[in-house]
Amino acid sequence: MCLAIPAKIIKIDGFIAEVDIEGNIKEVNITLTPEAKVGDYLLLHAGYAIQILDEKSANEIFEAWDDVYEAF
Amino acid sequence: MKHSNKKEYARYLLERLYQEIDRPLTVMEVCGTHTVAIAKSGLRDLLPEKMRLLSGPGCPVCVTDDCDLDYVMALARQEGIILATFGDMMRVPGTASSLLQEKSRGAEVRVVYSPADALKLATENRESQVVFLGVGFETTTPVVAAALDQAVQMELKNFSVFSLHKLVPPIMRVLLDDPQVKIDAFLNPGHVCAILGTEPFQFIAKDYGKPCVVAGFETTDILEALLLIVRQYREQSPAVDIQYKRAVRPEGNPVAVGFIEKYFSPITARWRGIGEVPGSGLELREEFAQYDARKRFPITLEPGKSRKGCACGEVLKGIKLPYDCPLFGKSCTPAKPVGPCMVSTEGSCAAYFRYRRQKAGVDH
Repeated sequence: MCLAIPAKIIKIDGFIAEVDIEGNIKEVNITLTPEAKVGDYLLLHAGYAIQILDEKSANEIFEAWDDVYEAF
Repeated sequence: MKHSNKKEYARYLLERLYQEIDRPLTVMEVCGTHTVAIAKSGLRDLLPEKMRLLSGPGCPVCVTDDCDLDYVMALARQEGIILATFGDMMRVPGTASSLLQEKSRGAEVRVVYSPADALKLATENRESQVVFLGVGFETTTPVVAAALDQAVQMELKNFSVFSLHKLVPPIMRVLLDDPQVKIDAFLNPGHVCAILGTEPFQFIAKDYGKPCVVAGFETTDILEALLLIVRQYREQSPAVDIQYKRAVRPEGNPVAVGFIEKYFSPITARWRGIGEVPGSGLELREEFAQYDARKRFPITLEPGKSRKGCACGEVLKGIKLPYDCPLFGKSCTPAKPVGPCMVSTEGSCAAYFRYRRQKAGVDH
């Protein structure tokens, strides 16, 4: 039920954003993520963005783990 | 990332787990999406013997009380009401019927993907009252609150919410306080924490001394989180850690939390198989009573009888595995479910039935 999927913002008009979900274009509501801007990746749940994804942090954790790996 | 692919990385993480685990650990996830991800990946068969994974009350559909559902169905039977619901709720049994059965008997029940679709239904059907069935944890509640906010701004007179929303932290406390439930650590629900952040879960580490790690939904996410738990035990430093950093920040989404708090306030809620838990549910605040379906359409119901023999309550608390229920796979199957854990695709019993039937009796 708490499934959420990532989508990239193409266009914003007020609280509605046009997003690309793996090639499908859809309109979603961004009331809960007012700071979202074009190019951001959103986490979508039931037609609304619930968080802006942080791709940098995603990479950081892998890099940290790789350092651990190197140590062994 | 120096590992050429996820498979190799998963293998590496598994090796680390085998090398580093130094005591038996029972880890519970409290998220239906984790239940499915773990069952589908086959992880239970790959993990060290010392690591046991349990599924908790993480599926909001499964924990919806049957008497609450009886109310919803009585509402759906009323003339002039359109009941809008997420599809997951259609087959969940109340004490006597389900929304699907009510629909087949002529009730106006519509499946929607988003509460925004329910708003649209209200604007298109001004002569009817549209009631949205609000089911879900903190991931879903802000979305419903945002729709309520739109309804208020649009001054919609024919839209209301029947709130069965529930909160995750209070039920985790119930599990920790139950002497029958033995849990060493939690895999925290990724998308609930995307909203709440880590603060509401600090009590688990501080008061109970148990680690919890917010995990994503890929197999490697779950393995990373399990390894973080093992390390917290080795270092004797229980904390709330975030593995799922791409979606979860320590502060969560304060805007979304603000929407929940604006429209809802905590109440005692009934959890199927668990009972009443103070402060674990949400009702609409008094100032928004005109959007509260319970207040707009009061119904007095004779309490129905819950089904006998179903062990969903113990399964939801991790006291029993789905196979331990005498009905599992016999009179209770996804095609003909008795209990809620078999109805929802994210229920523990449905996940076990789908992915682990052949393993009955050999789970560790």
